Amino acid sequence: MKTYPFRLTNFHLDILKEIGNIGAGNAATSLSKILNRTINMNVPDVQIMSFDDMMERLGGHEKEIASVFIRIEGDAPGSIFFVLTPEEASMFISDMIGVEDNHLQAPPYNDLAISAYMELGNIVSGSYLSALSDFTNLNMQPSVPSVSIDMVGAILTFGLMELSNISDQVILIDTKLTDELDKYSDITGRFFLLLDPDSFDKIFDSLGIAEDDQNR
Amino acid sequence: MIKIDDIVKVGIADLNVVQAPQKIRTSGLGSCVGVVIFDVSMKIAGLAHVMLPDSNMFRGEQLNRAKYADTAVPDLVEAVLQLGGRKYALKAKMAGGAQMFQFTSGNDMMRIGNRNIEEVKNQLDLLHIPIVAEDVGGQNGRTIEFDPSTGLLHIRTVNQGTKEI
Repeated sequence: MKTYPFRLTNFHLDILKEIGNIGAGNAATSLSKILNRTINMNVPDVQIMSFDDMMERLGGHEKEIASVFIRIEGDAPGSIFFVLTPEEASMFISDMIGVEDNHLQAPPYNDLAISAYMELGNIVSGSYLSALSDFTNLNMQPSVPSVSIDMVGAILTFGLMELSNISDQVILIDTKLTDELDKYSDITGRFFLLLDPDSFDKIFDSLGIAEDDQNR
Repeated sequence: MIKIDDIVKVGIADLNVVQAPQKIRTSGLGSCVGVVIFDVSMKIAGLAHVMLPDSNMFRGEQLNRAKYADTAVPDLVEAVLQLGGRKYALKAKMAGGAQMFQFTSGNDMMRIGNRNIEEVKNQLDLLHIPIVAEDVGGQNGRTIEFDPSTGLLHIRTVNQGTKEI
């Protein structure tokens, strides 16, 4: 194992950004299709940060979020979190299945709403992952998705388990959602890609980039 | 005059100690375990936010001892003693170790919450510190706050309200 994550240069981070961008473009297209409105995903932000800072990005450890978690299996394992506030998730779900009271704001949650949200996360992550897989020529398969509506800290630490055996810092590939129309103007939807430490070398190798490449 | 924050916050894979009137708190425990070691008559308490069970799993360069149950618990006890806690009077409370996502996959990482609970208990046992209260397992995130003046651990969840143990 190379010294994760400190030996990565800006060049490497740019490549990760590009990878995130390709995945997000694909994911935005499928999300727009499901919701029948144009959802854009911003150019991802790739940063190396502490675990606590990562939680702060989503509004703090205790903030309540609705998340779909998907484990990436195959050549370059990792974790994907699709995250919305419970209110936003409820709006998305209403648009998907056309029922108004499928709320995720407070328990007990409607089974149909959970199931729809899981499917939403599944489709979005699947398209993200297939773009990633095509680009890197690596085999990356999504696991069965899982939904949790709970605190940011409680949910996201789950994606940190593998890498926390290497480091106290995370390379976060963070993509924000935006809506072209007004309805979701305030969406704080996020798409987090957390690759396992060993997966970085796999991806760079597959793209023909040496781990100590200092280009640019 | 130096202003002392009323509540000391402990981050992920971190530990700290306080003395009343200060309280100590950690937020968003999922599979992580929050373990409190305290001496109630001295009104001293320490809290660790443990992420993983076994420091032998660490493959990196600089070990953060507060991250792993097997190193964090002894360090926490040491920190409480340093502040004036008395070894024979120490007691423990713990919360966390949930399984946030349900999977059928056999990946060991998926049941990390249980392993964290087991290792924290094992370490407390080795140090002969009794666990007087616990709220562990389940599928809920928890935020915990300990008041060393009362010895009560306040637990907040998103889906199951709050309680004190």
